[in-house]
Amino acid sequence: MSGNGRIVLAAMQTGQTGKVVQIQGGRGMIGRLEVLGIRIGRELRKVSSQFMRGPVVLEVGNTQIAVGFGMASKILVEVTE
Amino acid sequence: MRILLMGNPNVGKSVVFSRLTGVNVIASNYPGTTVEFAKGSMRIGAEKAELIDVPGTYTLEPTSRAEEVAVDMLKEGDVVINVVDATNLERNLYLTLELLQRKIPMVVALNLWDETRHTGIAIDVEELEELLGVPVVPTTAVTGEGIKELVSRFPEARKGSHEAEDEDLWHRIGEIVGRVQKLTHRHHSLLERFGDASVRPGTGIPIALLVLYLTFKIIRFVGEGLIGYLFEPLFENFWKPLMMKVSLLLGSTGFVHDILIGKLVDGDIDFVESLGLLTTGLFVPIAMVLPYVFSFYLILGFLEDSGYLPRLAVLVDNIMHRLGLHGLAIIPMLLGIGCNVPGALATRVLETRRERFIAATLMAIAIPCMAQLAMIIGLVGKTGAKGLGLVFGTLFVVWVALGLLLNRVVKGESPEIFVEIPSYRIPYWNASAKKLWMRIRSFITEAVPFVLVGVFAVNIFYALGIIEFVGKIAAPVITGMLGLPKEAVGALIIGFLRKDVAIGMLAPLGLNLSQLVVASVVLAMYFPCVATFAIMAKELGAKDMLKSAGIMVASALLVGSLLNLIL
Repeated sequence: MSGNGRIVLAAMQTGQTGKVVQIQGGRGMIGRLEVLGIRIGRELRKVSSQFMRGPVVLEVGNTQIAVGFGMASKILVEVTE
Repeated sequence: MRILLMGNPNVGKSVVFSRLTGVNVIASNYPGTTVEFAKGSMRIGAEKAELIDVPGTYTLEPTSRAEEVAVDMLKEGDVVINVVDATNLERNLYLTLELLQRKIPMVVALNLWDETRHTGIAIDVEELEELLGVPVVPTTAVTGEGIKELVSRFPEARKGSHEAEDEDLWHRIGEIVGRVQKLTHRHHSLLERFGDASVRPGTGIPIALLVLYLTFKIIRFVGEGLIGYLFEPLFENFWKPLMMKVSLLLGSTGFVHDILIGKLVDGDIDFVESLGLLTTGLFVPIAMVLPYVFSFYLILGFLEDSGYLPRLAVLVDNIMHRLGLHGLAIIPMLLGIGCNVPGALATRVLETRRERFIAATLMAIAIPCMAQLAMIIGLVGKTGAKGLGLVFGTLFVVWVALGLLLNRVVKGESPEIFVEIPSYRIPYWNASAKKLWMRIRSFITEAVPFVLVGVFAVNIFYALGIIEFVGKIAAPVITGMLGLPKEAVGALIIGFLRKDVAIGMLAPLGLNLSQLVVASVVLAMYFPCVATFAIMAKELGAKDMLKSAGIMVASALLVGSLLNLIL
């Protein structure tokens, strides 16, 4: 968690929206996220999280995607709402 | 000519395939339903073409086994029908543009068109066609809307006009979407709110428990109802008198009589114990197993088509991680309850070898198929709920304990869950009924003959003294370790062929409750039936199959002996 409202997806509140600013992963991970629409600059909404570092469900456009907690900790967003 | 149906997962390719070929394939509402390609043929004008339903993929750079299959297929196709989810245009166009770069003649089916209306999406189809340079046809495959036009525009399939380099694919997609798509703001629908509620733990866990409770209630209610009010009376009142006449005609005894009618119990046919082809051979699959297969697939179909399963996967993800799997592994497990064969195939939704090994092994050991379940319910259930509780409780403990163990010892990686959650859809009655029928038909055509072979084999084995012979050799294990009479070895031999027949063979042995529990658990665990074995060997490879089989035999003996000591 760094300054100016940037937090990782895993740390967002359920229902919060934000803009993707950075994906801290290798080419493979970036590619997999990209083809599902999770790219830098895209607006996303956090739909849910589970207990004990469980998966995070997020929404981009019309698509909902479940990602593991590890991946959700590598997607950096700027909270907008 | 060979035509490939390609597109992102869960956009309805299999439904389009069924519409075009008349060949029915299983379609559901979760990504990865199709793990193996299906083939069919269709007519285009006077020409006959082969159509292939390719597993869904987001990109031509594959990330899973199913996607690899998809990309490999591409080399062998002459034309592609790219099925696109109209409600997710941007994401779907990535694959479309990748396909256009491959310079393969193409037609685009803009599927799920009906859903764009109530989701506030307007797409200018003509403009999209212009920009892509290939025919674009809006379709709603589940209702058949647009399919005729798709076929009629087929001769126009062409290579398209897309030239963008890899780096600016997304840029190009942004331009296209900006020009062809208009969004109207709208409020979240009730189904969408329910969708969100079912993946949040506070609401999702109660929903999941309710769904599971209702699932079991309905399966039992429908299954028991069909048996008690339809099949059993039919067999008892109509089939039995007829068979008694045949029995008399055959002289009530003798080799041919025993093969066809079986042994009479107190001068009467006993549909479970007689073990004749025309009695037990028909009664077990049709009157005991089929009703449960029907009720199970009725409910499973609804869960699949509504889109609930991926949400359940999210909720159970944490638990599955401790077993070395992730949430999606719930799908092979659930399918395995119907039949272990599709269950073993569905392990392909998992990304790594390690996960597929653990999932297939756990399923084959601890998930009895519906045929076996129905027989256990019929046989052990007679003595009350305690026996059933012991059998299923033990299998559940084995599933968890073995998973924890395998997670520690099996080498390799288990990645995190990463899956698209489809929108909830109200299942189309027609499509669901068709799928249910396909599954019932494949049970009748594939399982029933095996049951007959099994019953026939029992008779031959008995007649040749094979069962007695093996029984003597195996007595130290069967009687010494498991506490079963040595005749029970017959069930273990036949269990390789059909587990339902094997459980049925326990009926005449006069076992007490704890012996029934031991025998049921051991029969569930010790080895997969031959059909499952063949698929597992193909999926895992010979070496891993051998390991998996070793684990099965060892854990079955261990658990069986422990149960024998405790009970």
